[in-house]
Amino acid sequence: MLKNILVVGANSAIAKSVSRLYAEEHCRLYLLARNEEELALQKQDLLIRGASEVDYSVFDVNNFSLHDAIVDQVLDSLGSIDLAILCHGSLPDQALCAENFDAALKEFNTNALSVISLLTSLANHMSIQRCGCIAVITSVAGDRGRQSNYIYGAAKGMVSLYLQGLRGRLHPSGIHVVDIRPGFVDTPMTHTFKKGALWASPEQVAECIVNGIRKKKHTIYAPWFWRVIMMIVCSVPEVIFKRLKF
Amino acid sequence: MSSEPTSLHSWGRYPVTDAVVHVPRSAQDIQYLLQHTDASATGFSGIARGFGRSYGDSALASHIVHTRLLDHFLEFGADTGVLTCAAGVSLDTILHHFTPRGWFLPVVPGTRYVSVGGAIASDVHGKNHHIDGTFGQHLQSLRLLLASGEVVNCSAVENSILFHATCGGMGLTGVILDASIVLRRIPGSAVMQRTLRTQNLQEVIEKFEANVATTYSVAWLDCLANGSALGRSLLFLGEHAADGHYQAPRSGGISVPFSTPSFLLNRYSIGAFNALYHKRPINSEREQRIEAGNYFFPLDSIAHWNRLYGKRGFLQYQFVVPDESAHAAISRVLSTSSAAGKGSFLSVLKKFGPGNDNLLSFPIQGYTLAMDFKWEKSLLPMLDELDRIVLDHGGRLYLAKDARMSEDVFRRSYPRWEEFAQLRTQLGADKAFNSLQSRRLGF
Ligand SMILES: Cc1cc2nc3c(=O)[nH]c(=O)nc-3n(C[C@H](O)[C@H](O)[C@H](O)COP(=O)(O)OP(=O)(O)OC[C@H]3O[C@@H](n4cnc5c(N)ncnc54)[C@H](O)[C@@H]3O)c2cc1C
Ligand SMILES: NC(=O)c1ccc[n+]([C@@H]2O[C@H](COP(=O)([O-])OP(=O)(O)OC[C@H]3O[C@@H](n4cnc5c(N)ncnc54)[C@H](OP(=O)(O)O)[C@@H]3O)[C@@H](O)[C@H]2O)c1
Repeated sequence: MLKNILVVGANSAIAKSVSRLYAEEHCRLYLLARNEEELALQKQDLLIRGASEVDYSVFDVNNFSLHDAIVDQVLDSLGSIDLAILCHGSLPDQALCAENFDAALKEFNTNALSVISLLTSLANHMSIQRCGCIAVITSVAGDRGRQSNYIYGAAKGMVSLYLQGLRGRLHPSGIHVVDIRPGFVDTPMTHTFKKGALWASPEQVAECIVNGIRKKKHTIYAPWFWRVIMMIVCSVPEVIFKRLKF
Repeated sequence: MSSEPTSLHSWGRYPVTDAVVHVPRSAQDIQYLLQHTDASATGFSGIARGFGRSYGDSALASHIVHTRLLDHFLEFGADTGVLTCAAGVSLDTILHHFTPRGWFLPVVPGTRYVSVGGAIASDVHGKNHHIDGTFGQHLQSLRLLLASGEVVNCSAVENSILFHATCGGMGLTGVILDASIVLRRIPGSAVMQRTLRTQNLQEVIEKFEANVATTYSVAWLDCLANGSALGRSLLFLGEHAADGHYQAPRSGGISVPFSTPSFLLNRYSIGAFNALYHKRPINSEREQRIEAGNYFFPLDSIAHWNRLYGKRGFLQYQFVVPDESAHAAISRVLSTSSAAGKGSFLSVLKKFGPGNDNLLSFPIQGYTLAMDFKWEKSLLPMLDELDRIVLDHGGRLYLAKDARMSEDVFRRSYPRWEEFAQLRTQLGADKAFNSLQSRRLGF
């Protein structure tokens, strides 16, 4: 059973729901996120829900130079990490990124390079433990580049590919690597979107995540039907796909 | 934090309105919203909303402060049972975490998918009202965010007028941020239920009176029976099982995926269902052990059951009348609706204990009946007629269910409305906090 859990981007709606499920299993949690007030609120909430211990630090994932130090700090506190789950992310302004490389770079930093940097440090520490799980929230958007959202898609896709390789590398050390690909989730990130039948709540997605991790899935589509949708999306011939505006 | 207007309705799916939904993550976000609404130069005007389980238009406005993200537990005293939590926490979440630890909410409505804020704002009642009163009567305190942005502590002793205006105040005094609820120790979460079959209204009232010492009581009434069977009911009496087993109400069950054609609910199908239900075999001597979820929230096992009433939705008509006129008033209501050919699939009768000090709280000592009617044009004149009967007998309607009562009916039946309106003006709440309902009722 999982005991010690590190949650990066802990204030994300999906992360919050995931932490709550683990709190009910009396896990020990270490939260990293930007907003201290929300972290303090979460700590109290998770303890009441059953977490055996909760610690947190304020952390901006784009401070790459601090990554090693923060991982050390987490390990000092937790001792060992049974699960590290990375949940932070941002939804780019695609039109802006198409014109302005600085904006695009920032998005690649937040959504991809920060993950790779953190995992470099985490993977090295965890492979010494010889057990544990690394899980990252990517997105179905990473399955195929679409003109309306390809900066985000490319960043998430980069992480998915990275995870595939990392999975192989860490397999001999007994570390399991999970790629979580949510579809549409009703969270602050998508607050301005019109919601329809395909939308899931963060609580639903969190359940998919926790179940998938327990079952040692490699790739979790959350909810499951996105696997089918993305299979269809990926099978559309490029000659047609390039004309699609979505 | 905000977005384009989307169309929004509450549980009765009537009325539907366009609203900009704001989803604050903190009190500061709400303060910012109150100060910087671009909607118009006159400043923010809108209403708080929890789970939208009110039936009518009390949680509808052009701007909505949705409490979905204000959903943290803040403090729990394991020895006192006092739980402090943010207003967006659902009763379901509270029961999920605390029932297994031997605690229960002192008052629960017929669905557990309501927010703490909504339960306070409607000062909700449960099957134990005759003994335990309303939800608001079990609060140690609450924190309210006023139109000015100021956050104040309120309780029965501190800012007590504001407290009594806010419990039952339908969101019209400000946004409830969090509250301290005194949970109750129970000997077991399941309920031992006895079911009594009664042949008419007189008999069910007598049985309610004979069983006032029983903690939970509620009757299901066959609204289409008439003549000597008018008001025949099944009365459900319950006490927590003292067996030390604790299980949180479970979710799951089935879901109604889309609106069904509302013609499926007509006086024949409703009549047949009601007659069968009334005649089902029961053994009134034997106690049945029923899990808390099935006892308190039978409808929660059918997600989106409101869709059964079709696209145009339905209205719930819930009124209360004092003890002395209960029989006369309820008989007239039943015969009037039955003569109009309007059946209610579910009609629920409940005895209330004394009212409380909250300005707009619904319960008064007497009997309350709730009936669901599918929306149709011809319904409105009939409900106006029911209003007259209810008023004639000294009763009133429940604001949490209302979508159509007139200003006049409201003022005549809620005598403290003026005090409430004055307080709103003093607080500037009349400008900032308005719902479709409050405008209709003349606030
Ligand atoms: C199946 C079913 C059974 C029910 N059974 C019962 C019952 O047995 N007894 C009973 O009393 N009621 C019952 N109700 C009604 C329900 O309990 C109330 O309507 C309750 O207020 C709904 O809570 P909500 O969170 O959905 O609030 P909403 O419907 O979202 O809002 C209701 C009111 O509360 C206000 N409000 C919500 N949150 C806040 C806040 N944070 N600050 C200030 N104001 C706020 C809103 O402005 C609005 O006026 C039932 C409803 C359903 C659907
Ligand atoms: N919502 C969807 O439809 C959807 C679909 C597919 C994938 N996802 C992915 O799911 C994950 C969780 O997102 P969500 O939907 O739960 O949205 P969310 O609530 O907006 O969460 C995103 C989180 O990322 C954090 N973050 C952004 N930049 C950061 C930085 N530089 N340093 C630290 N934290 C940073 C944000 O922190 P602050 O709280 O401080 O702003 C926020 O908590 C993300 O990876 C997202 O890409 C979401």
